[in-house]
Amino acid sequence: MAVEIERRPIMVERTEVRRYGASARVNHWITAATFTLLALSGLALFHPSLFFLTDLFGGGANTRAFHPWLGVVLIASFAILFVRFWSHNLWNRDDTQWTKQIGDVVKGEEEKLPELGKYNAGQKMVFWGTALLIVVLFATGLVIWDEYFHGLVSIGTNRLAALVHSLAAIAAILLIIVHVYAGIWVKGSIRGMTEGRVTGGWAWRHHRKWLRQEAKGETHD
Amino acid sequence: MTNAWGDIKYADLVVVMGGNAAEAHPCGFKWVTEAKANRGAKLIVVDPRFTRTASVADFYCPIRPGTDIAFLGGVINYLLSNDKIQHEYVKAFTNASYLVKPEFGWAEGLFTGYNEEKRDYDRSSWDYQMDEQGYAKVDPTLQDPRCVFQLMKQHFAVYTPEMVEKICGSPKDKFLKVAEMMSECSTPTKTMTSMYALGWTQHSKGAQNIRGMAMIQLLLGNIGVRGGGMNALRGHSNIQGLTDLGLLSNSLPGYMNLPTEKEPDFNAYMSTRGFKPLRPGQTSFWQNYKKFFVSFQKSMWGDKATAENNWAFDWLPKLDVTYDVLRTFELMNQGKITGYFCQGFNPLMTFPNRAKITAGLSKLKFLVTMDPLDTETSRFWENHGEFNDVKSADIQTEVFQLPTSCFAEDEGSIVNSGRWLQWHNAAVSPPGEAKADTWIMAGLHLRIKELYLKEGGAFPDPIVNLRWPYGQPEEPAAEELAKEMNGTALADVTDPNDPTKVLVAKGKLLDSFGQMKDDGSTASFCWIYSGCYTEAGNQMSRRDTADPADTGLAPKWAWAWPLNRRILYNRASSDVNGKPWDPSRKLVWWTGERWGGYDVPDYGPTVKPEASVGPFIMNPEGVARLFTRGMMRDGPFPSHYEPFEAPVANAIAPKIRGNPASRIFKADLEALGNADAFPYVATSYRLTEHFHQWTKHVWVNAVLQPEFFVEISEQLAKEKGIEKGGWVRVWSNRGSIKAKAVVTKRIKPLMVDGRPVHVVGIPQHWGFMGKTKKGYNPNSLTPFVGDANIETPEYKAFLVNIEPTSAPASA
Amino acid sequence: MASYQSLDIKRRSASTSTPPAVRSTGLEVAKLIDVSKCIGCKACQSACLEWNNLREEVGVNTGVYDNPHDLTANSWTLMRFSEWDNPDTGNFEWLIRKDGCMHCADPGCLKACPSPGAIVQYTNGIVDFVSENCIGCAYCVKGCPFNIPRISQVDRKAYKCTLCSDRVAVGQGPACAKACPTAAIMFGTKDDMKEQADRRITDLKSRGFANAGLYDPAGVGGTHVMYVLHHLDKPEIYAGLPKDPQISPLVSAWKGTGKILALGALAFAAVGAFFHHTVVGPNRVSETDEENAADLAEEGARSGPTPETRTL
Ligand SMILES: Nc1nc2c(c(=O)[nH]1)N[C@H]1C(S)=C(S)[C@@H](COP(=O)(O)OP(=O)(O)OC[C@H]3O[C@@H](n4cnc5c(=O)[nH]c(N)nc54)[C@H](O)[C@@H]3O)O[C@H]1N2
Ligand SMILES: Nc1nc2c(c(=O)[nH]1)N[C@H]1C(S)=C(S)[C@@H](COP(=O)(O)OP(=O)(O)OC[C@H]3O[C@@H](n4cnc5c(=O)[nH]c(N)nc54)[C@H](O)[C@@H]3O)O[C@H]1N2
Ligand code: HEM
Ligand code: HEM
Ligand code: SF4
Ligand code: SF4
Ligand code: SF4
Ligand code: SF4
Ligand code: SF4
Ligand SMILES: [Mo]
Repeated sequence: MAVEIERRPIMVERTEVRRYGASARVNHWITAATFTLLALSGLALFHPSLFFLTDLFGGGANTRAFHPWLGVVLIASFAILFVRFWSHNLWNRDDTQWTKQIGDVVKGEEEKLPELGKYNAGQKMVFWGTALLIVVLFATGLVIWDEYFHGLVSIGTNRLAALVHSLAAIAAILLIIVHVYAGIWVKGSIRGMTEGRVTGGWAWRHHRKWLRQEAKGETHD
Repeated sequence: MTNAWGDIKYADLVVVMGGNAAEAHPCGFKWVTEAKANRGAKLIVVDPRFTRTASVADFYCPIRPGTDIAFLGGVINYLLSNDKIQHEYVKAFTNASYLVKPEFGWAEGLFTGYNEEKRDYDRSSWDYQMDEQGYAKVDPTLQDPRCVFQLMKQHFAVYTPEMVEKICGSPKDKFLKVAEMMSECSTPTKTMTSMYALGWTQHSKGAQNIRGMAMIQLLLGNIGVRGGGMNALRGHSNIQGLTDLGLLSNSLPGYMNLPTEKEPDFNAYMSTRGFKPLRPGQTSFWQNYKKFFVSFQKSMWGDKATAENNWAFDWLPKLDVTYDVLRTFELMNQGKITGYFCQGFNPLMTFPNRAKITAGLSKLKFLVTMDPLDTETSRFWENHGEFNDVKSADIQTEVFQLPTSCFAEDEGSIVNSGRWLQWHNAAVSPPGEAKADTWIMAGLHLRIKELYLKEGGAFPDPIVNLRWPYGQPEEPAAEELAKEMNGTALADVTDPNDPTKVLVAKGKLLDSFGQMKDDGSTASFCWIYSGCYTEAGNQMSRRDTADPADTGLAPKWAWAWPLNRRILYNRASSDVNGKPWDPSRKLVWWTGERWGGYDVPDYGPTVKPEASVGPFIMNPEGVARLFTRGMMRDGPFPSHYEPFEAPVANAIAPKIRGNPASRIFKADLEALGNADAFPYVATSYRLTEHFHQWTKHVWVNAVLQPEFFVEISEQLAKEKGIEKGGWVRVWSNRGSIKAKAVVTKRIKPLMVDGRPVHVVGIPQHWGFMGKTKKGYNPNSLTPFVGDANIETPEYKAFLVNIEPTSAPASA
Repeated sequence: MASYQSLDIKRRSASTSTPPAVRSTGLEVAKLIDVSKCIGCKACQSACLEWNNLREEVGVNTGVYDNPHDLTANSWTLMRFSEWDNPDTGNFEWLIRKDGCMHCADPGCLKACPSPGAIVQYTNGIVDFVSENCIGCAYCVKGCPFNIPRISQVDRKAYKCTLCSDRVAVGQGPACAKACPTAAIMFGTKDDMKEQADRRITDLKSRGFANAGLYDPAGVGGTHVMYVLHHLDKPEIYAGLPKDPQISPLVSAWKGTGKILALGALAFAAVGAFFHHTVVGPNRVSETDEENAADLAEEGARSGPTPETRTL
């Protein structure tokens, strides 16, 4: 049948759960914005077909000059984000199960999955992946930040750093694509990061264990 | 140079010894490169250091500074004992066959006639045996034990390869390789060229170093031929012009001499200048001396120089002694010279024993410097910390700095090493208040003349009567001066064979010195330049590159003295019969009626070969001198003498210190150091990146070689704990300097008489003015002693000590 | 200057369009540096400073003749002096090499450069930096197998020898070649220079340098600055001239295949996400979820046990 009918009760009970405080949100969006700018500015230099992106930054030279400074902002802002969230991203048995059922995840058949804490394994992987890559990007970025650090290491090391930096950047961007897409796909997530609240239903569906804890009042950010 | 720069491309063997052509004459050195690339020529370098010239050489041989005569003597010995000489040439074109007076001899390092007190020789025995007609006796078989050839053999026998190694520290096999390569040029079809400069001249026996090689070149038949010659690579771009114009204290223009006190009148002066031929029929060109001299006097004093007043002979100064720079500064130190004009000269940096120069300048009443740059000499009174540590308050000398223009800012000619007078135009106007030297000197002259006219004085005549025929008396034009050098007919000059034929009309420029007269009808300031600016125009500004037979002589480019001749003694490029020694390198030959070829013949153009007129027409004997008679103060043959400061005693005459005929002032003798306190041999030299003390004022040059340094071997550095790029102190008995250390494989210890002698190389170019880092130069250390013949200071061999140290306070 | 048609450009950094081929003459130029003729006078160095109006700093002496000590944004060429004891002959040799851009046929600098037209290669072989397009990223430094380009700390632009493209464009030879007193620097078509080199090599061989040869390394497709070396078998003794230079594999991976694969991956991810969404649709929360949550919340408020979850 081509038509789905959804019948709504007249009155539905609505619950709201606080997911992110204001400072976490601000922190996140600073990180997100910096990363986006970094990706855009980095990609502009990465492939000729994307060089036009330098226009976003006022030309090639400015792009080249801004990018590493954005990197500095990113590493600072991400560090705070990291401190906030790392404990929620510790791996547990449910995550292993979740990973095994990745097929169900992709299909959106969450009922089949175990109840999850604040984050699912995918989010955790993105979390740790970006954390690692950002460190790599920062380290290699410093090496190739010619304006201030030229001549510190050999050209050979420089070349390696440039290669690793660009590969790490691609990997990071891929992760963030996954992250962003997940945010878009899983409706209601973005609201969590924008308004700080999710609906109880969202929490029930995606992070039920977390919801139970919240319901018990064991809140923490 | 006997030859020309471009001619070097025809050499088969280039010997750079006593110079560093690639660094000091890079542009001229291109001809060596050409010879190598296109002719397969070989290049030998003999130098205490492995220089940039050596870097492109086929063979390098080290030598201890100041021992070249032993080396060259060794080569002469090798050539003679292995019979590697060009017999026909030697026999016909040199004085090998001439018999020498029986009294002449050599023993224990001294020639006959030495007077220890005067440090001078009575040279009367150093001459030929004469026959009744006053001609020199000869033995064409070269067998007579008194002939020059035999005496030469005997004199140089002591310089065996072992002796060469013992004195010079040049390994025997390397020396022999050099001698062998040179000896190959004894055939008429192989030539060697000698390129030398200060590595030979700046010694107490500098002139004899050059004699040594000149003798080799004569034995090999290499003088007067293409690709051969004795090629002095001159210094400042116009230093050839300086000597041509007689700027030495005892010279007159065109290699004439100023009279001495022993020649108080014209007759006495001329009595020793007859230049009667010493062999029948010889040209003896100096027989024309009087014509050149009178023409010079006429150019100086014009109408005021007359037959009656002996052409104003009395107005010439009569020398008591020569006033070379060493004596000048000695007299300054003695308080006998109180005012000093220093024009284009930076003696504080460039003369030996800086302490003595500073002391001399400090005693002056006034010092005038004329220079485009702010030189150290102009600032000798200014304290520059360690680099010029003087007490300004104690110096009362009044200094006048007159800024002059520089070569690119004025018009005129510059004479290069090949005797080419090349005219150049001003490229820009001088900056600020700078004025041409001629403007300054004319101003001085006119004012002094006016004072003499107004106030009289002890001897106004030479000054008030000086001819001053310039359109603008306050600034003679370069062209006017050039014409004056060339010379003019003051009356119609007629053909001596046909008095009705006017060769040059009154008032016209002379075509050559051949037209000069001793009757006052011609005037010329410098006879050898005659022909440079004729009625046909300024020959020096010719720019025709045409070069028949690609000789490298380009006869229509500029003008060479004498008579646009590019290779001196070029008659010797052909054998006695006038046939070129080497048909592939013809230069001047007998065509059947006359001498012709690619160059202006250095010979009577129609003198038949049969006439047996020698090619060395300036010598009364018509041949070149292997034995110089009494022409040199320190001996008719070169003989090895150690430098005044040497690490070892003279191996062939242990009692003699230095050159016995060199003059040395008492205080300077006392200031000499000995090997026990100063065990290392120092030498000084140029770097290609700088020109003396000037280019340190130029940004680019300062970049290319920014800081003063000394060069030492890895071995010495190790022995003394000196690090590459670290600071060292170098001191002699006269002063001390600090420098960066360039520790290099290019200098190696020399084994002299079984023990190592270390060489410390000290480049010349730093000081306390300019854009480079402040620094010193070798002249804080160098000894105040000069060559026996022309007083060139002994900059190239002296003793020092060295130790690691800390940076100067204000480096 | 950097438009394709102005100077017969053959290649242009970070550009995807192709240059016109019709105008190419095919005539390649080259500078031949005959190390065996070089006397280390540095006239070339000063000519380069003068012609290009460069103001290098006055440095210090560090115990060697090399000054400045390295190439800089203001010194596009410099003489490197190496002292070498030849183990075969026992002779000492002072090898003096003029260092500077080699104008590679396959220039690593151009390959690495991210800015369109900041580096161009003319059809005559000259590799030139075009300052107005340069963004100062120093990728060219990483890309160059000869360690040549330098970034100015004043204007953050890359500089190196231009092979005097400005002079060559008007029919003159490079300033350094003109100044060289011994003609150790020659300039002409690459073919002529190779011929000239052959003659020099024959001469050097006749003087006992059995391994004399022309340095025109194939690894970078040949160069438009070539050396005549007395010891072609040991280029490293000439102050580290690389024996077999080529664009580093790291650089090739980075700016060659790497960038294409990476972009592909990104595109794949984006497209993949789109199709995922298309196929699976949004992951929405249902009313039941909300009710369950509400129940849970109520119970939580009562601090009671967790209720049974409702299923739809
Ligand atoms: N770049 C540059 N060129 C110059 C000048 C300059 O200042 N800078 N100055 C010009 C002037 S004025 C002159 S006079 C000429 C001088 O030209 P050169 O004479 O060629 O120059 P120097 O460097 O003084 O000395 C030459 C070489 O002599 C070597 N030497 C030292 N002692 C001895 C010795 O006893 N025997 C031998 N065989 N060699 C010895 C030194 O190691 C040095 O390499 O250069 C002219 N050209
Ligand atoms: N230790 C050591 N000392 C040496 C030497 C050495 O080898 N070792 N070499 C010696 C030799 S060969 C020489 S030639 C001397 C050189 O000694 P100097 O001649 O004293 O040295 P320069 O620095 O050449 O000084 C020449 C001056 O002339 C100025 N000048 C240039 N053009 C003009 C002009 O048109 N008019 C005027 N009025 N001035 C002008 C320049 O600015 C410069 O200051 O040094 C000697 N001193
Ligand atoms: C650019 C667009 C981005 C969007 C739309 C976005 C969206 C979101 C959303 C909706 C959440 C909430 C997920 C949840 O509550 O479960 C979230 C969480 C988070 N985001 Fe982003 N994000 C973006 C970029 C980034 C970037 C660039 C980073 C870091 C480099 C980042 C790091 C995080 C972290 C650390 C969390 C917490 C989840 C965890 O710790 O696993 N986000 N993001
Ligand atoms: C974390 C700190 C970072 C630093 C210090 C840094 C520094 C740099 C530097 C110096 C460059 C060379 C261009 C220039 O000088 O501007 C560069 C290039 C680049 N960066 Fe970063 N960066 C950082 C983070 C990132 C991140 C997070 C990304 C990706 C999202 C990224 C992506 C890129 C890319 C794609 C390039 C171009 C590489 C190429 O052209 O091959 N960078 N970065
Ligand atoms: S003075 Fe000038 S032209 Fe003459 S050799 Fe030196 S650099 Fe060359
Ligand atoms: S100008 Fe010529 S000879 Fe002088 S250093 Fe340069 S390449 Fe060598
Ligand atoms: S620095 Fe080099 S790689 Fe970067 S834009 Fe300039 S020329 Fe290109
Ligand atoms: S040498 Fe380096 S800078 Fe020069 S063209 Fe080759 S890669 Fe580019
Ligand atoms: S070719 Fe031009 S830019 Fe290159 S080194 Fe020579 S002078 Fe300098
Ligand atoms: Mo000189």
